[in-house]
Amino acid sequence: MNILFALAGNQNCGKTTLFNRLTGSNQHVGNFPGVTVEKKEGVIRGHKNCVIVDLPGIYSLSPYTSEEVVTRDFILNEHPNAIINIVDATNIERNLYLSLQLVELGLPMVIALNMMDEVRASGNTIRVKELSKNLGIPIVPISAGKNEGIDELVDVAIQVAQERILPKKTDFCSGEVHRTIHAIAHMIEDHAQAIDVPARFAATKLIENDESVVASLNLTEEELHIVEHLVKDMEHHIGMDHDAALADMRYTFIESACKDTVIRHQESREQLRSEKIDRLLTHKYLGIPIFLGIMLLIFWLTFGVIGTRLQDWLDLGISAATDALSNLMIQSHVSDWLHALVIDGICAGVGSVLSFLPLIVLLFFFLSLLEDSGYMARVAFVMDKLLRKIGLSGRSFVPMLIGFGCSVPAIMATRTLPSERDRKMTIVLTPFMSCSAKLPIYGMITMAFFPKSAPLVMVSIYVIGIIVAILSGLLLKGTIFKGNPVPFVMELPAYRIPSPRTVLLLMWEKAKDFLKKAFTIIFVASMLIWFLQSFDWTFNMVADSSKSILASIGSVIAPLFVPIGFNDWRASTALITGITAKESVVSTLTILTGAASDAQLSSILSGIFTPLSAFSFLVFTVLYMPCVAAFAATKRELGSMRAAVTTALFQTGTAYLVAFVIYQIGSLIF
Amino acid sequence: MTLDQVQPGYGGIITAVGGEGVLRRRLLDMGLTPKTRVQVRKVAPMGDPIELFLRSYALTIRQEEAAKIQVQEVQKL
Repeated sequence: MNILFALAGNQNCGKTTLFNRLTGSNQHVGNFPGVTVEKKEGVIRGHKNCVIVDLPGIYSLSPYTSEEVVTRDFILNEHPNAIINIVDATNIERNLYLSLQLVELGLPMVIALNMMDEVRASGNTIRVKELSKNLGIPIVPISAGKNEGIDELVDVAIQVAQERILPKKTDFCSGEVHRTIHAIAHMIEDHAQAIDVPARFAATKLIENDESVVASLNLTEEELHIVEHLVKDMEHHIGMDHDAALADMRYTFIESACKDTVIRHQESREQLRSEKIDRLLTHKYLGIPIFLGIMLLIFWLTFGVIGTRLQDWLDLGISAATDALSNLMIQSHVSDWLHALVIDGICAGVGSVLSFLPLIVLLFFFLSLLEDSGYMARVAFVMDKLLRKIGLSGRSFVPMLIGFGCSVPAIMATRTLPSERDRKMTIVLTPFMSCSAKLPIYGMITMAFFPKSAPLVMVSIYVIGIIVAILSGLLLKGTIFKGNPVPFVMELPAYRIPSPRTVLLLMWEKAKDFLKKAFTIIFVASMLIWFLQSFDWTFNMVADSSKSILASIGSVIAPLFVPIGFNDWRASTALITGITAKESVVSTLTILTGAASDAQLSSILSGIFTPLSAFSFLVFTVLYMPCVAAFAATKRELGSMRAAVTTALFQTGTAYLVAFVIYQIGSLIF
Repeated sequence: MTLDQVQPGYGGIITAVGGEGVLRRRLLDMGLTPKTRVQVRKVAPMGDPIELFLRSYALTIRQEEAAKIQVQEVQKL
């Protein structure tokens, strides 16, 4: 018999660590259909017939965030054989709050009581057997980090699933709330059965006025009226509204279940230690400088010291392999066009993107240290006020900062943002942060037009990117992402030493992800651009790329750029090749102008641009759609080609608009 | 007194949680229910949000939300 497990739990309770323990590297990462919520699936090691799905980390089953809806829908629609609910033992009350809601879903369930090693080390005790009895749910004490109790957990989970051991208690209260839930559950039993939802769960959701459940139950006017009346009555009797009443009911039950079973002499060592660390890391004056220092260090190590060295080595390797392949092809007398396709098209295109791999792996190494140690939540705490105005929370700060290095890992890093809305918005805005691949373009233009004020021009370009991101944020907040911002109510988890396993698995996963992109979408894009660049409309290869299809497309679209100041087929062609990789803008302009030296390029460029239109060209380059690798990352994270194309159009449109405004206003002044 | 007026290092007992909809639900879900003891630990460098400690864990919320939470018996903890 095949068994399907759902792994559910709060954020920061060690869920990922447990999932990695259970499945090893044997996991599949994707999105839940239609949303940008990550879905991880794996087979439990040593149990080929047991599949486990890692549900998003959530605190409650209310239907407000897509994470909560996904969890609920998965459990209700996919009918897992059992739920493995992971609970942080050092923070047991709040963790059990979700457990009580999971119980209402009426499925076999086992609690994995994690971080028991920390509880013991702090001199505290949890009487697991009694607690299990109080809750009516089997509990297995584990430590995912130390690999304790995992085998036992698997055994119990399989037993619970096979013997369909349901939670023994479903009533968490007495008195008025109890009576109301029962009255409603009894009345709507048929309706609930018809849509295959436990009556008890449906009753609670009716009291909570959960619109999606209320609608799907198909109650009659009269029944709805009775429900409303019963709820009003209950609220009147206990002097609390329904939301407070239910939360209070659950917490009161948890408190009584834990009263004699959770013996806490002091806060856990990890909590006490965290408070001390935070005295420094979220210090009133030192907090922000320390954060900036850490980010600077990461950038310096990634883009300066280690990353570029690895990148150079990989470059050497790639060009050696390319040369070897080229020689082999020449020796075997392969036709010229095939040789050019493989060497100039595929190897050059994929190779240039591939050399970014070390940067990405390294960045994710640092990012997962920040995330898993618990520091990322502090960054959000410290920086929240800055991002709030554009409708985001402090959580988006780090991905955006990474965007100054490279948009690809920045977009991939949005995965850890706790809300889908923030994730989407951050993905759209991050490419406005000028990435490092655009630096050669700035170098080229400033050398030709602004040799004396190069730093000022560079800074202004960066600032324009940031301002545009802010304005777009405000625009998006007021339109597409209007309403329902996810409240910024965030746990500050205790600092913990990241598990090397989790860090390595994440690096491996991101590397795999990137390689897959390099050999699919980037592969195709490189071939396409190569083809356009090397052939004319009669499909004959051209020696002079100014006669190519690409150049003629460039000529056709060149007039489009008149309103933003330039009308030259070489400039527009460079913008097209810039989509493969931003550095290509420089190489294309060099090739197409036939410039033999930088000085010559500068003088030719002054024939194409005026200083003002050169600046407008720069602005357009910073803001228009990111390179194909970033586009692929966007598609992956947003989950659909359509959303990715819309995003690219939005970015390109914004670029055009901003360049237009700058050029037109500039023309009036100068 | 509301929670945003409580000085860091002080704490009290929650008497009521105001506000509405999603946000209020989230506050309640996270354990900010009446009769719960809560401490204000810290204010973020830019003056907002604030760090709370309750039910053995640290939680951060914005001043705006803290202003909706009534507390009593405020004392140094």
